[in-house]
Amino acid sequence: MPIIVAFIAGLLMSAGIAYSQMIDPNKVLGFLTLNANWDPSLILVMAAALAVYSSGYWLVIGKGKPVLAQSFSLPNKQGLDKPLIIGALVFGAGWGLVGYCPGPALAAVSSGSHGTLAFIAAMVAGWYISLKLGK
Amino acid sequence: MENFTPVEALIGGAMIGLGALILLVFYGRIAGISGIARSALFVREGRSWRLAFLAGIVAGPLLLGTILTDFSYSTPQLSWQVIVAGLLVGAGTGWGSGCTSGHGICGVSRLSPRSVTATVLFMLSGMLVATLLH
Repeated sequence: MPIIVAFIAGLLMSAGIAYSQMIDPNKVLGFLTLNANWDPSLILVMAAALAVYSSGYWLVIGKGKPVLAQSFSLPNKQGLDKPLIIGALVFGAGWGLVGYCPGPALAAVSSGSHGTLAFIAAMVAGWYISLKLGK
Repeated sequence: MENFTPVEALIGGAMIGLGALILLVFYGRIAGISGIARSALFVREGRSWRLAFLAGIVAGPLLLGTILTDFSYSTPQLSWQVIVAGLLVGAGTGWGSGCTSGHGICGVSRLSPRSVTATVLFMLSGMLVATLLH
């Protein structure tokens, strides 16, 4: 599979994260912190991403197969379970603590910031913990 | 709402959606950044396209920095909060099978009940913690 397309997909996503300033944890905290200076920018980022992605998704899905793969590999898990609910709440708590979710943190690697690199190292440790400690 | 940047938010959001859509159309994959990074680390199969995607994630801001003259962003100071937050974000996205991109954009677009639930929960949890602490 030509991996250059995956590189371009990642490049576009993180350029969007950076251009919308979502790469900046203070900008994200401006949305998550409900006060007089509340910044609704993140809602518009989500709305625009949803508009583009969902219109494309519903156009291509169920019609043939992906350009470079045999079939669509979509999550097939159904129904709500404890890991999903607890996981989402735990993730949200970490997000609200510093303002980083995985995409912006990884996008900011080139800053070389010790805080960013420590966050990523801890996040990798967290992934390992979730792998070992029940699903 | 003095910090509101609607134009940059809409353009940046559309770029995020387009990048995610490219991954779907070409590879048939969900563009969940946490899931892709996690699998690149812990799963051997499919590692090459995942690493290429992550290289793109790292390169995006560098590219933007060469195009825009006034591009800059802040990063957190090294502190125990950053370590705790990283652990929570890692474990939480691991258990919950996704983050803002996989659940919040791809899953909500697909009208997946699991992703809609996860997105509502991490938004509420994030707002609660941020509002109490900041």
